[in-house]
Amino acid sequence: MGVKLLLDKAHIEGIRYFDVYRKNGGYTSVEKALKMTPEAIVEDVKKSGLRGRGGAGFPTGLKWSFIAKPEGIPRHLVCNADESEPGTFKDRYLMEFIPHLLIEGLIVSSYALGSNATYIYIRGEYAWIPDILEQAISEAKANGFLGKNILGSGFDCEIYVQRGAGAYICGEETALIESLEGKRGNPRIKPPFPALKGVWDRPTVVNNVETLCAVVPIINMGGEEYAKIGVGRSTGTKLISACGNINKPGVYEIDMTISVEEFIYSDEYCGGIANGKRLKACIPGGSSVPILPANLLLKTAKGETRYMNYESLSDGGFATGSMMGSGGFIVYDEDQCIVKNTYTFARFYRHESCGQCSPCREGTLWMDKILKNIETGKGKMSDIDLLWDVQRKIEGNTICPLGDAAAWPVAAAIRHFRDEFEWHVLNPEECLKRNYGLAHYADAREVVA
Amino acid sequence: MAEEKKLFKVTIDGITIEVEPGTTILNAARQIGGEVTPPAMCYYTKLKNSGGKCRTCLVEVAAGSTADPRPMPKLVASCRTTVMDGMVVKNTSSERVLDAREGVVEFLLINHPIDCPICDQAGECDLQDLSYAHGADASRFDFQKRTFIKHDLGPYIQLHMTRCIMCYRCVFVADQVTNKRVHGVLERGDHAEIATYIEKALDNDFIGNVIDVCPVGALTDKTFRFKNRVWFTKPVKAHRDCSKCCGKVHAWLRGDEILRVTGRKDKWGEVEDWICNECRFEKKNVKDWVIEGPAEINRHSVISQGHYSGKIGTTKPNDTFSKVMNGRQPKTLMNIHDISQVNLPGLNLAAIPGPAHSTDFDKANQKALPKKED
Repeated sequence: MGVKLLLDKAHIEGIRYFDVYRKNGGYTSVEKALKMTPEAIVEDVKKSGLRGRGGAGFPTGLKWSFIAKPEGIPRHLVCNADESEPGTFKDRYLMEFIPHLLIEGLIVSSYALGSNATYIYIRGEYAWIPDILEQAISEAKANGFLGKNILGSGFDCEIYVQRGAGAYICGEETALIESLEGKRGNPRIKPPFPALKGVWDRPTVVNNVETLCAVVPIINMGGEEYAKIGVGRSTGTKLISACGNINKPGVYEIDMTISVEEFIYSDEYCGGIANGKRLKACIPGGSSVPILPANLLLKTAKGETRYMNYESLSDGGFATGSMMGSGGFIVYDEDQCIVKNTYTFARFYRHESCGQCSPCREGTLWMDKILKNIETGKGKMSDIDLLWDVQRKIEGNTICPLGDAAAWPVAAAIRHFRDEFEWHVLNPEECLKRNYGLAHYADAREVVA
Repeated sequence: MAEEKKLFKVTIDGITIEVEPGTTILNAARQIGGEVTPPAMCYYTKLKNSGGKCRTCLVEVAAGSTADPRPMPKLVASCRTTVMDGMVVKNTSSERVLDAREGVVEFLLINHPIDCPICDQAGECDLQDLSYAHGADASRFDFQKRTFIKHDLGPYIQLHMTRCIMCYRCVFVADQVTNKRVHGVLERGDHAEIATYIEKALDNDFIGNVIDVCPVGALTDKTFRFKNRVWFTKPVKAHRDCSKCCGKVHAWLRGDEILRVTGRKDKWGEVEDWICNECRFEKKNVKDWVIEGPAEINRHSVISQGHYSGKIGTTKPNDTFSKVMNGRQPKTLMNIHDISQVNLPGLNLAAIPGPAHSTDFDKANQKALPKKED
């Protein structure tokens, strides 16, 4: 049983309401934090080694220390609850079942950053969650944890919930800011970074829901204590939303020391592959990160055990590794078609591209069309090389990371599953009727056995 | 005491230049000029916040600055990246840049109709120049190209959405030059389009400037539409007293007829000053203008091949059809129907089994051919 810091109270009945949450030790971090100086909190978060949980894994304390502090200009904290990455649903769990944890984290973080108006930007598809959050905010307000002069400390803070309108791109921080301002959700061209010019050209920090929730245990137990959990630069706990062909899909909190094999096969977590099938591939961090075949997933290219943390998952770079990403853990069994999966992702990214910069706008469309041809048995052998070339010309040449996010899954699928693409081209009729199966990237467990 | 401004030293493709702090890489390269300058499709000096979208101006930064000489990992958009002291930039000397630029040009062209032969922008089109310089000779895109539902933007401006490259320049013009913007970008991704949400004419006094800023033929002048190819017209500098704008324009003449009026463009294809709709669309008579002299056109431009002769604005073209044809009547492409044997009245081509051959139309076989039923 691993350490639980975020979901330790999730099972308590009525934890969604203030009274129960407070009775179970809630809002103690606010009381503690308001007695500290904001700088001390930032220092504590730096010491904790907390890394952004939204996908990029940028150290949160460092991000907070970058915020510009010009005289007389208000600063803002924005909570990025636009969780749209296919395969990721951890923030939804946090907001839906323990909303006060987020509110508590937001109050502490707002105090640390000096934000008197804090925003939660939540995706439009989570239609019922803003009501839960707003209820939590009004409860916190009624009990003096929000509003003017919080707990007599002289610090004012208001939290506003803003609904998005259903765009994946608005999860990119500058697009989120544009959307929050009421404009078209196009990512801004950086620099200037939000820490300098964010919402209404004021210094802004944008953090993921889980990151802000993790601030609560950091304050409660102290940054140094928090840093002792986990391994290396992957400190603390991480929520993993596991889905796909596993026995027990759901949101799990792990302490980043367990191996991928344990996570998939142990009964405490995913409980093995569903229906007694074999593991074919896995996307460990949400649809944008490279897919890994079973043999590279359980063991790194060097033959070492792969662990569920930032360093181990990205071991080997993109050639033989992947990324922790946002923690959307998608598992594929032997019956899944990688080409179809890649086509589905390409279609998603084509649909969600904002259309601002040319490589992403045209490239995602092109990849979608080529993959559709290959998937439906109309592909040519040269299409695979063309696809590789197209993704190569998108990656790194776009304004925001959506271009990279669209290119990586395609690149990884071709890199690791090229034989399956070729099989689709060579067997146009058969590929419509049956799947390619496991081939040489068999489950490493079976190879050993 | 005024402190002397420190200039930043920046090296682009091996050429070092000193520029003011805050200058972008693109503008520093433009100060050097020539091959060193990256192409720019969406950046426009006079429009705030423009640039960064088309990605044709990507350059490699081999060294960030003297203080921090690390190279930047990604290619950067030179139009939006400001120079640092001691920065080393690689444009055409970098394989990566040329490769990326080729990719961008290919992306811009996959859905572009490439209808240059009937496009009014041909000859002064940035995309045309760009694809000649960096494009491939054949397309690898074998799918149907994107189409859009047509939007009417009123009596002056013609919108061809299929040609658009989404540079957003026209949106910035409407935002920053006119007092009210009624058009913008609708939809997203590959279906993003420039349009008015509710069918509406663009009728602001300065909205005609969107035609000048458009790098491609997406927004063209309806009063000039299909009148002439730009390289047959001769641009002259002209001015008039205008109560609304500066009144300084380029008038595009054929003989002594003004076919088109545009803003005066500098050597980067950017207008020197915005002009009003009245100057642009209404004043098409030489009498309305004071003609100053020939406009400077880049020697390499196709437009400069039309030479100026005689006093500008007073000569008529003397090589008329009848003179060239020595009295004979000119034959146009439509005349082919008069002499063609194929389209004989009453002939039902669809009834011929298989492809038609010349023998099918021999006089001797005419009777055997199936006739149209009336």
